[in-house]
Amino acid sequence: MASINQIPPVTLLPDFRNLGVMLRVLVIVTVLTVFAALLRSSSWTSLMQQWVSIAAVVQPIAILSVLLLGAANAWLHRIEYRSAVALIVLAELVITLSVLRFGALILETEMDDAGRELFFAIATTLTLVGYFNLRNRALSPALTEARLQALQARIRPHFLFNSINAVLSLIRAEPRRAESALEDMADLFRVLMADNRDLAPLENEVELCRQYLALEQLRLGSRLQIDWHVDNMPKDALMPPLVLQPLLENAVYHGIEPSIEPGVVSVSIYHVRDQVHMVLRNPYRKEGNHHAGNKMALGNIRERLSLHFDAEASLQTRVGDSEYEVHITIPYVRADE
Amino acid sequence: MTKNPQALKVVITDDETPARSRVRDLLEDCASSFPIELVGEAASGRELLALLGKTTADVVLLDIRMPEMDGLEAAQHLLKLPEPPSVIFTTAYNDHALKAFELHAVDYLVKPIRLRRLHDALTRARAITPLRLDVLQRIAPEPRSHLSAQERGKVMLIAVSDILYLRAELKYVTVRTAAREHLVEESLSRLEQEFADQFVRIHRSCLVAKAHIVGFEKDSMEVGESRWMVMLNDLDEKLPVSRRQQHIVKDLGRNLL
Repeated sequence: MASINQIPPVTLLPDFRNLGVMLRVLVIVTVLTVFAALLRSSSWTSLMQQWVSIAAVVQPIAILSVLLLGAANAWLHRIEYRSAVALIVLAELVITLSVLRFGALILETEMDDAGRELFFAIATTLTLVGYFNLRNRALSPALTEARLQALQARIRPHFLFNSINAVLSLIRAEPRRAESALEDMADLFRVLMADNRDLAPLENEVELCRQYLALEQLRLGSRLQIDWHVDNMPKDALMPPLVLQPLLENAVYHGIEPSIEPGVVSVSIYHVRDQVHMVLRNPYRKEGNHHAGNKMALGNIRERLSLHFDAEASLQTRVGDSEYEVHITIPYVRADE
Repeated sequence: MTKNPQALKVVITDDETPARSRVRDLLEDCASSFPIELVGEAASGRELLALLGKTTADVVLLDIRMPEMDGLEAAQHLLKLPEPPSVIFTTAYNDHALKAFELHAVDYLVKPIRLRRLHDALTRARAITPLRLDVLQRIAPEPRSHLSAQERGKVMLIAVSDILYLRAELKYVTVRTAAREHLVEESLSRLEQEFADQFVRIHRSCLVAKAHIVGFEKDSMEVGESRWMVMLNDLDEKLPVSRRQQHIVKDLGRNLL
């Protein structure tokens, strides 16, 4: 992730350490074995037998390959694309031969001519390399950026006008508070209008959230109470900007505004090994209508997370009796890595 | 803002403190050109109705989006007052209601409110035609949270969630809560439409709150045929289900289990 700001035109080789890539490799290989079994068999029962006998050889090869490529990932990305592909094919041939030999050894049989297996290994490898090549082109920065741009979080006009209104009300009575509120607004809108396609450190996002909530507190006073649990957050973790802020906006809009009683919005951020967890909770009332606006924001954030982190990020929501919870998990990626 | 008997008596209603103080500032500015008296401030529709039980006002500046009871509902209950004040709605954003306001010539101000606009609206205020209930009912997007009855010149609010049943009388509808009965001027079929999710018709003249139903009982006292009776939470009285509505016993009985 060294080059988050200067991604080369197209990275044709996939990131072999990405969970999504590993899963794709294993799924595609499994599907191919099913096809192979289908071609060889005449009935359903023989299909099962054929598939088991093929998978017994192919699955160990696939798993070993995924592990090896994951280990060699950084190095493969450093060398030229062609030589990397050649090396991957070579590695696959070695793994295939070793697995066949090892199989023959433990089953105490003579090893047959391995020509056919080697041919299939090369064909599968090239298919997968080609697939990831095409996929990376399809998701090339130009396209991804266009999609990211379209997905950039949009602020609710409601919030803009409410804030302006709150600042207007302060100007006569408390000019100093009005000043600091306008400063918060300026910072907030600088981020909202900036180019938000690149990842940014978590601490920036948290600062942004504090400024946003300070503005909401101006309007809502003691009705809005905030419970921060961020002492152990990994400040340097990278994440797409404007992920937490729109969620807090939802929390205030659906959890705090509909009630005259004070309500608590809680934010907990922590990391467990190489995953960062962000949990937001707000009061929830059944009669409060969670309409389309909320779902749109969630869908938008989910898509941006997956464009950046593929299958390694997740966003889950949970509705309790009187509480609504959003739980985001992203991989812990540091700025200097 | 003087205690001039000629002064225009104004009430501000908004759930946000800074929004209220902004309107207060602007009213002071307007007061230089004609007498205005700020008779009170309220943070929700309920507070507004309580306030107007104690004092009278000529104009109410009424925010639309508020917790507990929104502006559109509060305006409907205001009409029960002996002398309903003129209503000027205020709203922070262009929500869908504004189109309807234009259509029915309902007065509104978009926040942040401009001094000039407020001034104009207040100058016109005494001439504003009173809001019409049917118009408000059409504009309001959601069922009300309260029904209202007029009692001794005040508006009495009844939370819809407290209502056990509604029964049609000659001109009125009787509203039964655990505590007492109220008479409201409404039509039962309109109430049935508005609260279709919460109430069910058990009889030609009776709607029952689904949430308060505790069970059904066969009434064996009748000679000849027996009929189903509805049992309600906190109520000794049992209500008969008409022959045509027998199916609800099966529909709702399933949910009770």
